[in-house]
Amino acid sequence: MSADAAHVEAKECKSFTQRIEIVGTYILDMVENWGRSWIFLYRTILGVISPPFRPRLIITQLYQIGVQSTLVIALIGVFTGAVLAVQGEYTLSKFGATAFTGSAVALSLIRELGPVLTALMVIGRAGSAITAEVGIMRITEQIDALRSMAVDPMRYLMAPRFVAGLIAVPLLTAIFIVLGIFGGYIVGTGLLGLSSGTFITQMVHAVGTVDVYSGFIKSIVFGFIFGWVSCYKGYTCGFGAVGVNRATTQSVVTASVAVLITDYFLTSILTRLIME
Amino acid sequence: MISIRNVHKRFGDQVVLDGVSIEILPGQTTTIVGPSGVGKSVLLKLIMGILEPEQGEILVGDKNITAASNEAERNSIRQDLGVLFQSAALFDSLTVYQNIAFPLQQRCGHSADEIHDKTRKIITEMNLAPYSNSYPEEISIGLRKRVGMARALITEPKVLLFDEPNTGLDPLVGQEVYDLIDECKKEWHFTGVVISHELPEVFQVSDIVVMLLGGKVIIEASPDDFRNSPMPEVQQFLHGRVDGPIHIQ
Repeated sequence: MSADAAHVEAKECKSFTQRIEIVGTYILDMVENWGRSWIFLYRTILGVISPPFRPRLIITQLYQIGVQSTLVIALIGVFTGAVLAVQGEYTLSKFGATAFTGSAVALSLIRELGPVLTALMVIGRAGSAITAEVGIMRITEQIDALRSMAVDPMRYLMAPRFVAGLIAVPLLTAIFIVLGIFGGYIVGTGLLGLSSGTFITQMVHAVGTVDVYSGFIKSIVFGFIFGWVSCYKGYTCGFGAVGVNRATTQSVVTASVAVLITDYFLTSILTRLIME
Repeated sequence: MISIRNVHKRFGDQVVLDGVSIEILPGQTTTIVGPSGVGKSVLLKLIMGILEPEQGEILVGDKNITAASNEAERNSIRQDLGVLFQSAALFDSLTVYQNIAFPLQQRCGHSADEIHDKTRKIITEMNLAPYSNSYPEEISIGLRKRVGMARALITEPKVLLFDEPNTGLDPLVGQEVYDLIDECKKEWHFTGVVISHELPEVFQVSDIVVMLLGGKVIIEASPDDFRNSPMPEVQQFLHGRVDGPIHIQ
């Protein structure tokens, strides 16, 4: 083997090991990050269940996450219901079943679209704000200041946001669903010429308690994901403006993807349970 | 008051502190100096128990903060500490009054009246009364440092830690901060640890000056001895010369 060939072979071998090293480092980082996020969740839950309890901070967060999101959730709820009515009526007309438009609107909103769209909207509006706020507190040493004053940031900062998310998301989901049905009803009866009595009767017949439970369970789980991801990403934010920028983007993307993936599994499990 | 014994700290492959030992006596103010990135702020966070060393121990009084097994134990030791952060680290959502009252509100055993009286007293002493309802963003950086100082002092800590107290300040405000530290020392009689690279201005508040370089303590001396030290590293750092044994990173 010539010296050149040996040199090329050595270079290729080095480049191959470098690639393996990069992949290995990436996997190790991912596993480490995953582990950290679970430890963070454990410490947050510990902060939630152990005194001192801070109801005033929870109320402040409920205002920021819940009350301040209400308008946008209401608006999107009304228009989602309206779109569902139009699309539902069009699809069902192909089977001569437009009478079931009310059922389709209500079931879609209660079981699926209400919890998912509400969660995605809250993640986009309040989740990004939480991540940015906590992230800025991290980089301006405010979290270190809390710790230096013997105040546990998990109890003081994370627990109230986590609890507020768990309470606010299901309540916002309920608002979304009610206004969505209202939007569907207005468009269905006012513009599409559906009978008001049929719309409501079919809806009442089709929607059962299990459907409401299903939507409620989903909204709680999504509230949990929202609080966990947005707080964790802020708490582990990197340095400077770039760090906050990256953390905020990651927070919204991770939480949104987690909601959609979890939704699939929850839907499968809950539907099977209902059918049994 | 604070014993730092053979402390080692690294981040990944980078060794930051390599066997640092410093003894800080009660009532003294020890200033830790050194070029940027030498581990001064890391040492401060180790004293606060925010970071943990790989090796060595740090005692605040007779309590070993590095041996504390959980946050509750560390918190009980932190009750003896007050910190003035580089950026003052005031809480944006709280007013000046609320920021200063905050440490007392978080501790058990203080009535609302007691907290109010103590906060009002320190606000008056620190000449902060006109700003008590302002938010941190509405006041100057010099005033923020003053508020940070009041917040650190309100719990009457035995030890006060200062992380680069006049970084980013103009010379006049910087001098005002040192004068404030001096005044507070006389009134509250705390043990001080100052992290700084502002030489020789910081000598005004220092009883002992410690210089860190390459993760080690290279000199521990009084300000005068430090000034007159023949060590080339000390002279280079003191006079801000580019050429010399210290390589700029």
